Amino acid sequence: MIIFGMPLALVVSQLLLGMINGAFYATLSLGLAVIFGTLGIINFVHGALFMMGAYVSWMLLQWVGLGYWPALILSPLIVGLLAALLEKVVISRLYKLDHVYAFLLTFGVAMMIEALFRNIFGSAGRPYAVPDLLRGGVDLDFMILPLYRLWVVVASLVLCVATWYAIEKTSLGAKLRAATENAAIVQALGVNVPRLMTLTYAGGAALAAFAGVLAAPIYSVSAHMGTDVVIVVFAVVVIGGMGSIKGSVIAGFALGVIEGLTRVVYPESSSTVIFLVMAIVLLIRPRGLFGRGA
Amino acid sequence: MTEQNMLAANTAGVAIHGRRNYLIAIGIMVVALIAAPFFLYPVFLMKVLAFALFACGFNLLFGYTGIMSFGHAAFFGTGSYVVAWTMNRWGLTPEVALLAALAGGALIGLVFGVIAIRRQGLYFAMVTLALAQLLYFVFLQAPFTEGENGIHMKGRGSVFGVISIESDLAAYCFVSVVFLLCFMLIVRTVHSPFGQVLKATRDNEARVLSLGYQVNRYKLIAFVLSSALAAVAGGLKAVALGLATLHDVHFATSGDVVLMTLLGGLGTLFGPVIGAVVATSMWEFLSRFGSWVTFLQGLILVLCVVLFRRGIVGELAARLHIKL
Repeated sequence: MIIFGMPLALVVSQLLLGMINGAFYATLSLGLAVIFGTLGIINFVHGALFMMGAYVSWMLLQWVGLGYWPALILSPLIVGLLAALLEKVVISRLYKLDHVYAFLLTFGVAMMIEALFRNIFGSAGRPYAVPDLLRGGVDLDFMILPLYRLWVVVASLVLCVATWYAIEKTSLGAKLRAATENAAIVQALGVNVPRLMTLTYAGGAALAAFAGVLAAPIYSVSAHMGTDVVIVVFAVVVIGGMGSIKGSVIAGFALGVIEGLTRVVYPESSSTVIFLVMAIVLLIRPRGLFGRGA
Repeated sequence: MTEQNMLAANTAGVAIHGRRNYLIAIGIMVVALIAAPFFLYPVFLMKVLAFALFACGFNLLFGYTGIMSFGHAAFFGTGSYVVAWTMNRWGLTPEVALLAALAGGALIGLVFGVIAIRRQGLYFAMVTLALAQLLYFVFLQAPFTEGENGIHMKGRGSVFGVISIESDLAAYCFVSVVFLLCFMLIVRTVHSPFGQVLKATRDNEARVLSLGYQVNRYKLIAFVLSSALAAVAGGLKAVALGLATLHDVHFATSGDVVLMTLLGGLGTLFGPVIGAVVATSMWEFLSRFGSWVTFLQGLILVLCVVLFRRGIVGELAARLHIKL
């Protein structure tokens, strides 16, 4: 089958690959958006947390013998706990200053974490097997759709919707949104805002780690897997509109697909297309596609 | 004396006092530049000067205008590639190649600036980072950069086509002169009425806007100036080492310049120079620890941000109650 002069199988497989990358972009930019919305900082560590999520699941398998499914829960928990510690000990000291300092701090921490993993584990990637349950694929007649990739897309979509629900529809989410608007008043009403902030940061980090576990069987586990992704995710966040949860999810998936399609049409620019889209969006709609305020 | 006159007299006093301090500090710098090659390896010194200029140009933007670009490696790398390529292919003399780098850096700075200036604060940092990453991929794929190998220069050529700078010492003299010229330009800019507007924008943008200044235009000019200087710095680095590589455009280099500026003292004239000297020496000294250097760089950045935000020169100036 041929569409637009290209074999359908090629288009669909790149589209699917795009959806998978989009799933990671969406989950990561969602975490960034949640952290930014509440804490007002841009979390450069996000890529490192994504990498840690993958590494922790690899360690759990190698050292403890725990497989994929326990890791899917344990790894975000462990990374979230470490992130809470980071927020409590270091980041929380910087809220009173210009947010640029917090950004630089997270950049420094990301450098440290990445160097630490590279020095301990080397820069070569480590394979992580696809869990038994999700091996094999669905035969679509013209191509075979790997089951695991389908699972990644579905799992991230569910997670994104769940996060949106938690923030928009639950009472904890209401407190969170209120704290974003005016932390002082929410504090005066008896909500422990510093703890809320720690929780939010840990939550965003856990999202990144979850994406890391999902990514482990697809990309091999390596120290630099987060850094390259995080800059793309920044661009996604700018396109979606900072602080908009809906925007970050939609933009994440959409840009993954656009990137996949570019790989079919003009492979050379597949690594730059997202940045180009960002530049165009900024020229037309400086606030991003779904952004409000300045 | 009326209050206003007193204020004017005071500011004049500070200015005269300040000018004396600057002259002393610049004098010390010139003496250090002359004395340094007797003690240290000229190629290392050239590298230090290139990064010092890079940091000074960055500081003009971050320290004096209050906008933080996280994509300055784009301009540094552009300058480095332009110099290496034009000298190799067209046989340009070093000073003309540096002018070409200046023009190239300013042009890309203008494009980035027009796009990024639409957002403020952290967004600005994110947008510049993303645009720089775009340029990184372009350079990675473009054939003229020779990909991962980088451009190896055939030689350093002759300034004005007559004075050969093939020897390390001669090249060092050339790099020092260019550095001093650019440094003077920065000092002049900071103290000009234009520089006053930049500092005012940093301190209270809304107020400056309400006084009728076109803030965005000032910011854009500062951005272009800063990128042009970064490109010259990159060009100097290429002349010094005879090499332009992808690392010059990589975002780690953008991180380096932030670290140097912060370490030396944000918004001080001499801070970035000191920061570049300290940081480059430190990396050189620590290079035997291999990849742990990155870890230490991260650690130093974290410590600077948490405990030492005024930086070396900023701290010194605060202790001595002077402006530097």
